[in-house]
Amino acid sequence: MTVAARLVLAHLWVAIAAFALGALMAVMQALARAGVELPFGTARLYYLSVTAHGVLEALVFTTFFIMALGYVVAETTLGRVRGVGWAWAGFWVALIGTVMTTLAILSGTSTVLYTFYPPLEAHPAFYVGATLLVVGSWIWCGVMIASVRAWRAANRDARVPLAAHGMLATVAIWLLATAGLAVEVLVFILPWSLGFVERIDPIVARTYFWWFGHPLTYFWLVPAYVLWYTVIPQVAGGRLFSDAVTRVVFVQFVLFSTPVGLHHQFTDPGIASAWKLVHTFTTYAVMFPSLVTAFTVLASLEIAGRARGGGGRFGWIGALPWGDPFFSGVALAMVTFALGGFGGAINAAYAMNAMVHNTAWIQGHFHLTVGTAVALTFMGATYWLLPRLTGRAIAFPAVAAMQPYLWFIGMQCFSIPSHIAGLLGMPRRIYTGEFQGVEAAQAWIPLVNLSAVGGVILFVSAMLYVGVVVGTMLVAPRGARPPVEYAEPVVPPADGPSIWDRLGWWSAVAVVLILLAYGPALYHLHTMQRFPAQGFSPF
Amino acid sequence: MQVDRYERLWMWAATAMLAVFIGAIVVTAVAGSNHPPSHTEVVNPDTLGVRGEFATPGVTVHPDGSRTVAIRAEFYVFRPERVHVPAGVPVTFRVTSPDVLHGFQIVGTNVNLTVAPGYVSQATVTFETPGEYLIVCNEYCGLGHHLMQGSVIVGAPR
Repeated sequence: MTVAARLVLAHLWVAIAAFALGALMAVMQALARAGVELPFGTARLYYLSVTAHGVLEALVFTTFFIMALGYVVAETTLGRVRGVGWAWAGFWVALIGTVMTTLAILSGTSTVLYTFYPPLEAHPAFYVGATLLVVGSWIWCGVMIASVRAWRAANRDARVPLAAHGMLATVAIWLLATAGLAVEVLVFILPWSLGFVERIDPIVARTYFWWFGHPLTYFWLVPAYVLWYTVIPQVAGGRLFSDAVTRVVFVQFVLFSTPVGLHHQFTDPGIASAWKLVHTFTTYAVMFPSLVTAFTVLASLEIAGRARGGGGRFGWIGALPWGDPFFSGVALAMVTFALGGFGGAINAAYAMNAMVHNTAWIQGHFHLTVGTAVALTFMGATYWLLPRLTGRAIAFPAVAAMQPYLWFIGMQCFSIPSHIAGLLGMPRRIYTGEFQGVEAAQAWIPLVNLSAVGGVILFVSAMLYVGVVVGTMLVAPRGARPPVEYAEPVVPPADGPSIWDRLGWWSAVAVVLILLAYGPALYHLHTMQRFPAQGFSPF
Repeated sequence: MQVDRYERLWMWAATAMLAVFIGAIVVTAVAGSNHPPSHTEVVNPDTLGVRGEFATPGVTVHPDGSRTVAIRAEFYVFRPERVHVPAGVPVTFRVTSPDVLHGFQIVGTNVNLTVAPGYVSQATVTFETPGEYLIVCNEYCGLGHHLMQGSVIVGAPR
């Protein structure tokens, strides 16, 4: 980790800065929601902060962290990153885009939330900046693909290292996902935002958005899985249960993560229910690789626990390194993801979705999944990465050891009441839940207050994370860099070329699945009589 | 490919669970006509206030006692804000917007619609219990999003 270390650190700083700013936005929302009097507590600032929180955490923190992780994996499993100059170009393009979008949001001219559904109309800089962020990430995709191809050319008969295979699957998912986003933004939104066309169809735009929006969640999750499969068993002192099965899992994510987006549009008009049912089936299909992950990763941890001297049916659990914040972060992320996964099965349930769609349940759900399964894994991985990148030991180790637990407690405190409030009918993304004191809304109040307590705990945990990271860079002395090591598999991959390594071909199959799942619905939408809408900026 | 026996069992169990989920959805969809709202009617958002059912939104009573309720969801208000219907009869809500996306959710029921300019969203519900039901907007629509509020007053069955 020498040539790429600066590259990786640059991406990490942007990710962590976005995370910190986003966390600040979040705690304001939690307090405002609970009715705490704030000097800056206006609806205008509230919705601005919801927009900033969503963009900074879901799009900026994740994307920059994943790009950093990609370069770490390329450098440590493939020998080196091919095209470091391109990688820096991608970094700067993405950073310029991020700054543009962030300024557009903070100026108050782009309070459209991170889903930016037309005909809500933001300042053009919001869309141009977001486009640049994605273009930067495409350059990252090119660098990752070039690095794997160069390695393959030099190692004709060897299997691609597993972590690189997982990151390449992430690249494939991202390219498939952002194809939909590119259509939404380049074909519909930018010409409308820049004034070349006057109108835009909201349902067409939403459909392309969710083509992107669901695989986006797997773009976040698969890199976390790469760490769960290939690094955590090593950190815990064990071995990966099965390399062979892991490769199949990553291929399944490439195949099934995109043709599922209509399950976000169950309540939409203009799309016949038959296509929504098709997407229900594919959504359940994409749960399968996550269920397999639960087995493989837990089996790997059991191997670790027993190797550490844990005995009996459950004794191995206590023997695991719970004081290591990377391990505890990932373990707590997994527990949380089990809860979030079952909630997801309810969201995806065709007709039952009407109970929860756009209620507070949804914010509870994705704070368990991306907000904990992914974010807590990334926070834990930061503690593992920093010494390996800089040679500095983590400062304030006791604080770091406690931080994931605090996040876990805060998140349960935030998310479980949100789920319940959603079932009781409370909508998401509202400045206050008072509704003039009507009876139905009374039941939400104690739940919202409990969520606010969770929000404050989460904020404290976030600031401890940022404090440890900054402290490590400022006060920890430089020493030797520990190596980046990956877990050895119990069941190794078979020798020789394998169909499971051919992610290019699997991506082609995924394109066919996407066309089958989206083709009829999009054909119908594009050919039916429609009345596109003009833009509004009510903020 | 070499797969551990327990892992294989787990995969079959996972497959069975997902098959049960999908089976339950298909059975309730086909046998119980339990579908998400997927109405595909379009309407010109520019002339909503000028002509048609959304120019004078409200309740229409049909000979069989059922009701159709046309509602305009627009910047920070549902028109009409209060709707009176009896319990025990099917009530079909038809909702559209002249401006941006809105949500239309009747708390305590399964009526939960995305409302989009240019489209008519539709859902039918039979209220069994008289009382006042809260209508909320659950799709962010601007700075007054949280102020959008309506009610369905369900009277005694006819």
